[in-house]
Amino acid sequence: MFTKFQKSLQTGVVTSHYPKEKDYAPFRFRGRIEIDNERCKQCNVCVEVCPTNAYTWIEDKDKRYLQLDHAKCVFCGMCEEACSYRAIRITNDFELAATHKDGLLVKAGLDKTASVEELGMKLKEKIFSVFRRSLHVREVDAGSCNGCEWEVVALYNSPIHDLQRFGIDMVASPRHADCLLVTGPPTRNLETALIKTYHSTPEPRMVVALGACACSGGIFQDCYATKNGIDNVVPVDVYIPGCPPRPQAIIYGFLLALERIDK
Amino acid sequence: MSINRQPYLDNIMNRFKGNVVVAKGSLENEIYISTNKENLDDVCTYIHKTFQSPLSSIICNDERSLNKNFTIYYVFSLPDKDLFFIVFIPVSEQQPDFPSITPHIPAAHWYEREIKDMFGLEPVGHPDPHTLVLHGNMPANTYPLRKDFATNTRLPHIESKLPFARVDGEGVFEIPVGPIHAGIIEPGHFRFSAVGDTILYLDAKLFFTHKGTEKLFEAMPYTKALFLAERICGVCAASHATGYCQAIEKVAGIEIPPRAKFIRTIILELERLYNHIGDVGNVCIGASFLMCGSHGFRMREHIQQLNETICGNRYLRGMITIGGVRFDIHDDLKKHILDLLDRVKTDFKELVEIMFTSSSFLDRIETTGRLSLEHAKGLGVVGVPARASGICRDTRRNHPYAAYSEIDFDIPVYHDEGDVYARVKVRVDEVYQSMSIIEQCFNKMPEGSIKTSLKEFPPYKQALSYVESPRGEDIYWIMTAPNNMLYRYKVRSPSFCNWPSIPYTIPGNIVPDFPLINKSFELCYSCTDL
Ligand code: SF4
Ligand code: SF4
Repeated sequence: MFTKFQKSLQTGVVTSHYPKEKDYAPFRFRGRIEIDNERCKQCNVCVEVCPTNAYTWIEDKDKRYLQLDHAKCVFCGMCEEACSYRAIRITNDFELAATHKDGLLVKAGLDKTASVEELGMKLKEKIFSVFRRSLHVREVDAGSCNGCEWEVVALYNSPIHDLQRFGIDMVASPRHADCLLVTGPPTRNLETALIKTYHSTPEPRMVVALGACACSGGIFQDCYATKNGIDNVVPVDVYIPGCPPRPQAIIYGFLLALERIDK
Repeated sequence: MSINRQPYLDNIMNRFKGNVVVAKGSLENEIYISTNKENLDDVCTYIHKTFQSPLSSIICNDERSLNKNFTIYYVFSLPDKDLFFIVFIPVSEQQPDFPSITPHIPAAHWYEREIKDMFGLEPVGHPDPHTLVLHGNMPANTYPLRKDFATNTRLPHIESKLPFARVDGEGVFEIPVGPIHAGIIEPGHFRFSAVGDTILYLDAKLFFTHKGTEKLFEAMPYTKALFLAERICGVCAASHATGYCQAIEKVAGIEIPPRAKFIRTIILELERLYNHIGDVGNVCIGASFLMCGSHGFRMREHIQQLNETICGNRYLRGMITIGGVRFDIHDDLKKHILDLLDRVKTDFKELVEIMFTSSSFLDRIETTGRLSLEHAKGLGVVGVPARASGICRDTRRNHPYAAYSEIDFDIPVYHDEGDVYARVKVRVDEVYQSMSIIEQCFNKMPEGSIKTSLKEFPPYKQALSYVESPRGEDIYWIMTAPNNMLYRYKVRSPSFCNWPSIPYTIPGNIVPDFPLINKSFELCYSCTDL
């Protein structure tokens, strides 16, 4: 008995202070992508190397712009490596979640990523202020690679992130949940299960799409066995991109959903 | 290090005379044996029995555009030498069936059902004719891995019901669980037939997370497919990436720089470390020993944060690349890694000490979920559960890759046990081994470049690749196509071999022990379902 107490006392408090204190991802971490339109020579290399077709060209008033969709990106870093004009820069900013898919687009030269206030509008109309203080979440694996699952486990089981300090708890059944946290593209074999789970969750309910797969199909897009994102099956309120999103990025997504982020 | 293949060739040739054609593969540890449907069972059974070679994989490939046939390859590996036997037969479209070898080699049962679902070829004589992968929700006669099926085909959803076996009788009731579980785990559906708390029978249905991964491999250029390989499984990303890169390097005939070999080894062992430590914690949680579970997850988190510093991703994605590795480990980082591992080692030792002296915990894990040596061998179980049941098999030793042939390490094996306790012990021992491997790598690692480039990508070449992931042996088979594409990439994950053994460990245990047993196997769904 004594050794158990001793071990825990020796370890002390290990819980991180994010988001009270800013968390800096390591130097090599690949997060938000920035495009410098001045430098871009429209060589198309990034479009060619990207494994998930995250880059597209958009035409606007006789001009071409490069557009990047963070919802599709798996943060492999190939585009930055391939661009010989250094027009693409991968930063280590991981706070990418948005309440609207447009918020995940980077349009070089047109405008910056839409601001969080703007995106919050849609939520404000909804009833989520109801959940402000506590949120019960049911995690639904709709065919993930297990990466996103493990990040949720890290959030929930590891004392370092300790999700419960935000009043967020993981519950065993959708019937006890306010929110579904869904991962996976979703797969064909889980579509029915996902729809049933959604309808078993009492209203008002919220759906969070976690990871590139859930946001857009990610690397598994355009395949007979998957759909391109869970919003093709159930309505989504918050998108958290990343492959997988690091635990802090998921916390950011939740707080954004709960309107607890002041920006 | 290469092995003399001639005696094996002669042996098989003499035994089967005109019924087989035996040839050395282009790679020095492969022997290809061509035969026909009539002799298949005999040849396979002979190799399996005579050389004590377990079945490593069965690969079906739609080669109709090349030679008008489907080809099925049966891979056996020698247990003590670095050699693979690859028996193959043609199957024509007009007669789409092949003899099942399952009655003699039970380990073949899932492969054959998978081939039936994905290629529409019938295994004649297979004891279980039910669908495995597709759940019967696709229209009839759609076979996704045939070449005339387009990757992004959109198909209607057919209502279907999966068949389940159950036990009838007084007092027997059925408990259905999943695919949406109470915990944060992957989806599978289980039906327990139980009397009171005691389980009589378990039937499991998997393949809910089938994403068409193998088909997607055929739709991407090989450079992009690397990132798909990293996502076959979230927590074995580095192993799958290594397996993929090795396959490409073999067909292209390139050798990676020595420094890259050592860095790969370090990365693969870091992957084993964060998995094993997390899994030990997970078993504690399964046994409701939450305090030790928390400590396990805390240490796992320390290592994952280290991973993020090394290569920018907590799951080591983006580190392994074709021709080597993408980031170097310079001296500062090396010091950081070794310091952290030193701390984790002491920390982990204390944790294990607490776990293994806690009688209530031992009571839950001892004799629970026993897998006998006979079942383990028959079903071709690999990895940690195999070693906990007395099979001394580890790809790092049997078929060395990366820098493993230059490193000293032990393979922990527990005989006559096979329970949850033994599986935890194997993991604990391997944690210390991994730490020692990483230290040795740093000591032996030469200076130099970390990447070579690929000059050409030859079409229609085949190769086997193999990696010991934290869960066990991964086997990959590649065939290239023109224009930098892949013709076929078959992934055989350890969980694919280990899942079928679960129902044999359950009967006689109580329902609350199922999650515990399952956690001790640490099976992955994503890489099984593909
Ligand atoms: S980092 Fe994202 S956008 Fe860039 S190539 Fe990779 S997946 Fe595409
Ligand atoms: S987003 Fe990435 S980590 Fe998450 S399930 Fe998909 S492939 Fe896995």
